[in-house]
Amino acid sequence: MANEGAVSAAPAHAEVTRRATARRVTPRQEGPWRQRLEIALFVTPALTLMAVFVVWPIASAVRMSFYRWKGFGPMDDFVGWRNYDRVLHDQVFTDAIMHNFTIVILSILVQLPLGLAVALLLNRKIRFRGVLRTVVFVPYVLAEVIAGVVWFQLLQPESGVVDGIISGIGLTPPEQGFLGTPDLALWTVFVVLTWKYLGLAILLFMAGLQGVPDELYEAAQLDGATWWQTQRRIAIPLLGPTIRTWAFLSMIGSIQLFDMVWILTGGGPANATTTMATYLINQGTGRYNYGIAGAASVVLFVIGFVMALAYQTFVLRRDTQTEG
Amino acid sequence: MFASACGSDSDGGDSSSKGGDTTITWWHNSNNEPGKGYYEQVAKDFEADNPGVKVEITAMAHEDMVDKLAAAFQSGDMPDIYMERGGGELADHVEAGLVRDISDDAADEIAKIGGSVAGWQNDGKTYALPFSMGVVGFWYNTDLFEKAGITAPPTTMTELYDVIAKLKAADITPISVGAGDKWPAAHYWYYTALRSCSEDVLKGAVTSLDFSDPCFVKAGEVVEDLLKTEPFNPGFLSTPAQEGATSASGLLATGKVAMEMQGHWEPGVMQGLTDDGKGLGDKTAWFPFPAVEGGAGDPAAQLGGGDAWAVSEGAPDQAVDLVKYLLSDEVQIGFAENDMGLPTNPAASGSVKDPALAGLLEVRDAAPFIQLYFDTAFGQSVGGAMNDEIALLFAGKASPQDVVDATQTAADEAK
Repeated sequence: MANEGAVSAAPAHAEVTRRATARRVTPRQEGPWRQRLEIALFVTPALTLMAVFVVWPIASAVRMSFYRWKGFGPMDDFVGWRNYDRVLHDQVFTDAIMHNFTIVILSILVQLPLGLAVALLLNRKIRFRGVLRTVVFVPYVLAEVIAGVVWFQLLQPESGVVDGIISGIGLTPPEQGFLGTPDLALWTVFVVLTWKYLGLAILLFMAGLQGVPDELYEAAQLDGATWWQTQRRIAIPLLGPTIRTWAFLSMIGSIQLFDMVWILTGGGPANATTTMATYLINQGTGRYNYGIAGAASVVLFVIGFVMALAYQTFVLRRDTQTEG
Repeated sequence: MFASACGSDSDGGDSSSKGGDTTITWWHNSNNEPGKGYYEQVAKDFEADNPGVKVEITAMAHEDMVDKLAAAFQSGDMPDIYMERGGGELADHVEAGLVRDISDDAADEIAKIGGSVAGWQNDGKTYALPFSMGVVGFWYNTDLFEKAGITAPPTTMTELYDVIAKLKAADITPISVGAGDKWPAAHYWYYTALRSCSEDVLKGAVTSLDFSDPCFVKAGEVVEDLLKTEPFNPGFLSTPAQEGATSASGLLATGKVAMEMQGHWEPGVMQGLTDDGKGLGDKTAWFPFPAVEGGAGDPAAQLGGGDAWAVSEGAPDQAVDLVKYLLSDEVQIGFAENDMGLPTNPAASGSVKDPALAGLLEVRDAAPFIQLYFDTAFGQSVGGAMNDEIALLFAGKASPQDVVDATQTAADEAK
């Protein structure tokens, strides 16, 4: 999830802009040309990197999406919007969008309450708190591929550990295995994703809880509030900004979901777990339909971009404004 | 590795301009012994016979080679000698002007190899020389067959169903298939199409990309009949082909299933998947895909493919000489003796030691024609769409007609 870094930098970016604005108000000795030169000097390296690794790839994907191109030879077969037409009318792709959004919604519905509950529990003074905090966070630290391969083996039909446990308690595991049954595969992938990413939610929520001033808890105690009331009226509302930021990271991650799906199911069985990212990889490096892959990646980009922008505008704006 | 390959390319350009000396770059995927050392020796022998020529070898794992070749095709910065799988992929490379026509330069070798070279021809011109060519068939465990009371391998689909029933009665999973990777499942459809359609219809389909003949729907129906006998390992829809002990090949290698339909590489793959490095060992045996009752196809025709040496456009003439040398009796015999593959030069046929592979070679040489894997023959775009739909057929989510329709749609778009 390379983008998480970039995305989480967004509030920080706002911070920088604010500081910059503040600085501009203070009178300066140097002339404007010198100031501009300084800016150019400091900004050029970053801009160059950005242009080479962000802007140029995006531009070439957009260009690719208007051609029929097999990945080699001259790119000269211009087809206009045909690749987009094909992608948007391909049921595999529209299903993939549905799968992505299923994961987005499930993540928030399941991981938010679960993560919050665990964070609130681990915030209490309980025995083995340090150990428990570590254990909960371990899956998130594991490399995605390693976690995927381990789960793939655990979920093997018949020989896998999961099937062993299920038949051990007298239930019948699905005949084709959890990953091989089209109706179960997406849910299974989601369970593994929850196992993997719950640690991040808990970590963020616990960090957020550190920011809640102790005085508030003390005051609540003096007023005779129960533990539950304290959490509901004080901790959770004050955790709002953290929760909203986490939800944003989770959404972006789910929209771009690739690694875990690729390892566990490769998008199968019967396209039951295809995501936009697995679709475009399959079309591009698998079938050499680079134009279609380009169109799919532009669609993915637009969806992600619009979602991020809308979320920033309507949900996160409150946080970034009231902060300062 | 990629950087060094790029560097060596420019070296080649420099030195050939400086009088006499020529460097030939050669990529191959025999990155394990004895193959790696054998090719180094071959290169040395060639250098000794051709003063002033230097051969620079880059041996890499197959997947790495495929990735690097894709990058090389994109940039046009190609090795002089590389591996081509033929069919639609080659046709694309030819169209993009990346491969050298060697029809005249290697006329003798082409004549010697015979029919196998067809997969690497385009518009009557030859672009690569196949050096290893195998056919797909059933690899099976003789112990498990014996245990189930099966005396002879099946020769018709009805007999195959009978074998499946006997194995199931003996509580043995009959067949493993890596349908998670799609192509192993697709091979079933390829074979039922090969048995259901006449040679003319197939040859026509490869060139015209027209799948309207009803035999293609019949192929899917035969696959459905096979699926009804539930012969495959549990979870076959997500089983990978050959990675790890729980893959389709791993299940056969560890005695968990009685058979698997795979290419000639199967014994080598199985060896890599067992701790003792022996695979199934003495228990390994092979039989060709059974005849489909009432099908128009020749039961002796086989599905197969292989690897060929191609010379990139603009490579020095000596590269063609090296490729010719690689197909010589001498090198092909050594190739067979080192168990590196199934030689295409008839002079080397007798040098294949493994009994199962020797049997496979007999079937290959007796085949009236070898149909190149359809996905390779049609190219990735059409082949990929076809494999995806066949995987859906295996999952019970597509009909035989859907397979034909999806293939035809992709073919019409590719035209």
